[in-house]
Amino acid sequence: MNQKAKPTASLLVHGYEVVIGFETHAQLATQSKIFSRAPTAFGAEPNTQACAVDMALPGTLPVMNREAVAHAIRFGLAVGAHVAEHSVFARKNYFYPDLPKGYQISQYEIPVVQGGEVSFYLGDEKKTVRLVRAHLEEDAGKSLHEQFHGQSGIDLNRAGTPLLEIVTEPDMRSTAEAVAYAKELHKIVTWIGICDGNMQEGSFRCDANVSVRKPGEPLGTRREIKNLNSFKFMQQAIDYEIRWQIEQLEDGHAIEQATVLFDPDTGETRAMRTKEDAADYRYFPDPDLPPLVIEREWVSEVQAGMPELPRAMADRLVTEYGLPEYDATTLTQSPAMAAYFEAAARASGQAKLASNWIMGEVSRRLNSEERDIADAPVNADTLAALLARIADGTVSNNAARQVFDALWSGEGQDVDAIIEAKGLRQMNDTGALEKIIDEVIAANPDNVTQFKAGKDKAFNALVGQVMKASKGKANPQQVNELLRAKLQ
Amino acid sequence: MSRSDLHEMGVAELAAAIADKSTSAVEAAQHLLARARAHASLGAYLAFNEEATLAQARAADARIAAGERGPLLGVPLAHKDIFVTRDFPTTAGSKMLEGYRSPFDATVVAKLAEAGTVTLGKLNCDEFAMGGSNENSAYGVARNPWDTARVPGGSSGGSAVAVAARLAPAVTGTDTGGSIRQPASFCNVTGIKPTYGRCSRYGMVAFASSLDQAGPMARSAADCAALLSVMAGPDIDRDSTSLDHPAEDYTRLLGQPREGARAERPLQGLRIGLPREFFGAGVAADVQGPVRAALAELEKLGATLVDISLPRTELAIPVYYIIAPAEASSNLSRYDGVKFGHRAAQYDDLIDMYKKSRSEGFGPEVQRRIMIGTYVLSHGYYDAYYLKAQQIRRLIAQDFQQAFTQCDLIAGPAAPTVAWKIGDKSDDPVANYLADIFTLPASLAGLPGMSVPAGFGDSGLPVGLQLIGNYFQEAALLQTAHAFQQATDWHTKSPEGF
Amino acid sequence: MSLRSSDIDRIAHLARLQMPPAQAERMRTQLNDFFDIVEQMKAVDTTGVEPLAHPTAVIDHVALRLRPDVASEPNQREANQQSAPAVEHGLFLVPRVIE
Repeated sequence: MNQKAKPTASLLVHGYEVVIGFETHAQLATQSKIFSRAPTAFGAEPNTQACAVDMALPGTLPVMNREAVAHAIRFGLAVGAHVAEHSVFARKNYFYPDLPKGYQISQYEIPVVQGGEVSFYLGDEKKTVRLVRAHLEEDAGKSLHEQFHGQSGIDLNRAGTPLLEIVTEPDMRSTAEAVAYAKELHKIVTWIGICDGNMQEGSFRCDANVSVRKPGEPLGTRREIKNLNSFKFMQQAIDYEIRWQIEQLEDGHAIEQATVLFDPDTGETRAMRTKEDAADYRYFPDPDLPPLVIEREWVSEVQAGMPELPRAMADRLVTEYGLPEYDATTLTQSPAMAAYFEAAARASGQAKLASNWIMGEVSRRLNSEERDIADAPVNADTLAALLARIADGTVSNNAARQVFDALWSGEGQDVDAIIEAKGLRQMNDTGALEKIIDEVIAANPDNVTQFKAGKDKAFNALVGQVMKASKGKANPQQVNELLRAKLQ
Repeated sequence: MSRSDLHEMGVAELAAAIADKSTSAVEAAQHLLARARAHASLGAYLAFNEEATLAQARAADARIAAGERGPLLGVPLAHKDIFVTRDFPTTAGSKMLEGYRSPFDATVVAKLAEAGTVTLGKLNCDEFAMGGSNENSAYGVARNPWDTARVPGGSSGGSAVAVAARLAPAVTGTDTGGSIRQPASFCNVTGIKPTYGRCSRYGMVAFASSLDQAGPMARSAADCAALLSVMAGPDIDRDSTSLDHPAEDYTRLLGQPREGARAERPLQGLRIGLPREFFGAGVAADVQGPVRAALAELEKLGATLVDISLPRTELAIPVYYIIAPAEASSNLSRYDGVKFGHRAAQYDDLIDMYKKSRSEGFGPEVQRRIMIGTYVLSHGYYDAYYLKAQQIRRLIAQDFQQAFTQCDLIAGPAAPTVAWKIGDKSDDPVANYLADIFTLPASLAGLPGMSVPAGFGDSGLPVGLQLIGNYFQEAALLQTAHAFQQATDWHTKSPEGF
Repeated sequence: MSLRSSDIDRIAHLARLQMPPAQAERMRTQLNDFFDIVEQMKAVDTTGVEPLAHPTAVIDHVALRLRPDVASEPNQREANQQSAPAVEHGLFLVPRVIE
């Protein structure tokens, strides 16, 4: 039952309320498959990582991977869910060439993780999406269509890769909220190390269930958009689907339940040819697998090894360092980045400055060089030293950027040495500065007159003159203050 | 060593003869292969690979020459074609797997090979182990050597025939609803199905996962014990339903009197429960006779007969025939013509390929059970059928536990009749199902059960005595059977002409 | 229990079996015969009875064994594909899968 409050008018699309729920398949980061000992590495030659069990050869049987279960426990703890003491594996029966056994081993009535929630900020508003469940299951293989005329080639390397299927309540009310949820979930699973989050490689795939309704009416018929593997496509697909459904309803057509695919080339969603909704999966408990028992001791052990979670850490950064929510969320994009920030903030005592620099200069370079913060040529302590020099007025922000360039490109790691070597020390001697200001005022009587007549542009020109005369070393803030004072 | 003696020998005898060099593994294998080929009309064997057999035999002889000894070293045997083998094709009695070569050996096969057994070939069976007469094999019927116009029973029909006609001293079989016990009864052979999970199912072509079990068939309880000791044991790496119970020496109680008993009455203190449901009007008179006589023998050996009840015996039929087909319908979905197995020659599209391949590859009984299984699992029917059956299954298992408070083991016929004529029941699938009534309950409960030759009924056809023990009581079952076989000689009889 | 031919068609499709009308009709009769004996299950009171999915659960706590996460299976593509009906460049070939 949907217990949400009345919809915010601003969220309505042409008067319709949008209702979205997600099912996300996260590939779990393990060495071997969930039920076999074949490797899970991406990109191998076809069927070289599909052992007899993965190929469903006659007589083969499943044996459960402990680490996959550990990952499920980690996830359950990260979202505040109940980790079931007993859960059951069930067979989901259907025929498809990439499903070698003709059934998928999954969980049906009793999943390993029950309940839980994911919170995030949408602008200034805190949102919470409730989870119904998360369960373990095996991935299917892949069909390749390009090379073969009229045929498909089946690669079972991926068959048996462990998945955690994460299901939400239909709590989301806009595309933006849905994408924000997906991003937060992505952050959580990568943060706690259970998934590598590589969406291009299919490690994190979302299915979006979308429906619309007039406010106050019962839930509309939903359509499921499958296999969204980029946030950009997710947004485009959901937006399109919403518009399409509304158009259909406005034209007097009912929405038929369907599974749809998003075509990135056309930007449209279209119903799949196979009517999967008509499928009867004939779920029953898998007789080859006794029930999964998770002792409370194991859960405690896993809990003890869990890192501080991103949402909690972001909240702490806001309280502890006085950062805005936006900064805190951005800095907690990965444990490494958050650690970098905290080290730099503590060492320099300049939390907001550190945040600006990390979100700005550091991230810009990391992105363009496709580098991870762990490989940043400037470490947190060095950055902190530079930030301290900005804070104490030794260098201006502009000069600091030049210093940072030098540090990043390997000219040295000693901030002070670089400042000296490049002569970037800001002039802080007020006496010398006042002398320059007096000279500039004397040399520019027209500007002075214009400023006194109310033209601010004239003031900037005077500031420019002072900066030039000081060869850029004057502290702009000081120039401003002193110049204004002198022109009173 | 007279070659004609070789096929007369049981496992222990043959192992001893090979060990003391009166014969060799190679000689024994060659002799039995020749016999198997000579009696091909019995339809026991489906595949040979003489090269592989002799290679195994030579390896065994080399081990003997090096001084190694073991109860199965050099002993020839054959495997039901449900066990996958690298050296022989595996068909599971089906066209679906014609020519299929497995890249690995079943665990049970590997264990026996490690103990030095020599594989003579693969044995005929009902398709995917579904059937009680071996008439469901896609490769022809197997014939009961006691009357070749009659069925040997099933699904391990070829296995029972091979032992009865002395084409192998011992064989492996599988038992899901009675497929070792019933053919053993029909062919005058000794067979045992252990506790569920006692033997690894890895490499057994799956029929019904919660019921399938491997077991030996041979000419005596002692030989079965020797084989089971090697076959059983945990397979932690590969079978999640394999019990984590250490391997046992199942021969350890053979010939020992029960605790507190004397040698003359070795079964003193043994309480044998006789379920009244196993001795009702449905049991043919010519089965009741030998079974009652066998029970009298057991009394002479010191056992006490106790009347008990297994009230839900009849329910075992619908319960089994819902659960087994349900699991089978899912287990057989992998036969889709994509990765292995039969693919139709002509098809229009993917779905057509699936349907044609499966309909061409599976015989009528298999298709029937797939249909039943698919139906009872389908939306809207699961609760009324599958779930209900699993609930009653627990009640049946509880009935046995209740019975075992009054007795140590349970006895009765393995089947209500002796072997019927080939073709008599082919048109009536339900009649076939009803004939399984005595073996199904122990299968559902996962209990160990044996069939021991107990005499002959009308037309000189064999009758088996079924013994059912509590979980993990295989050694006690074998001890009882052995004591019976020391005091009687039914199990030594061979059909004329073989 | 009375299965209709539409039921047979539906189940046969679910099971990917081809069933021409004569065979379907025979199957329908046989299944109806079978389900007649299944009816006796209805009379059994099973309130509060746990289904028995794993037989030895009657006497013992059966729990799923977990194995260490080690990728120890080597590449055995040739051997595993030796009985495949159609293979090209290591891929299993099937009629075109259209979504």
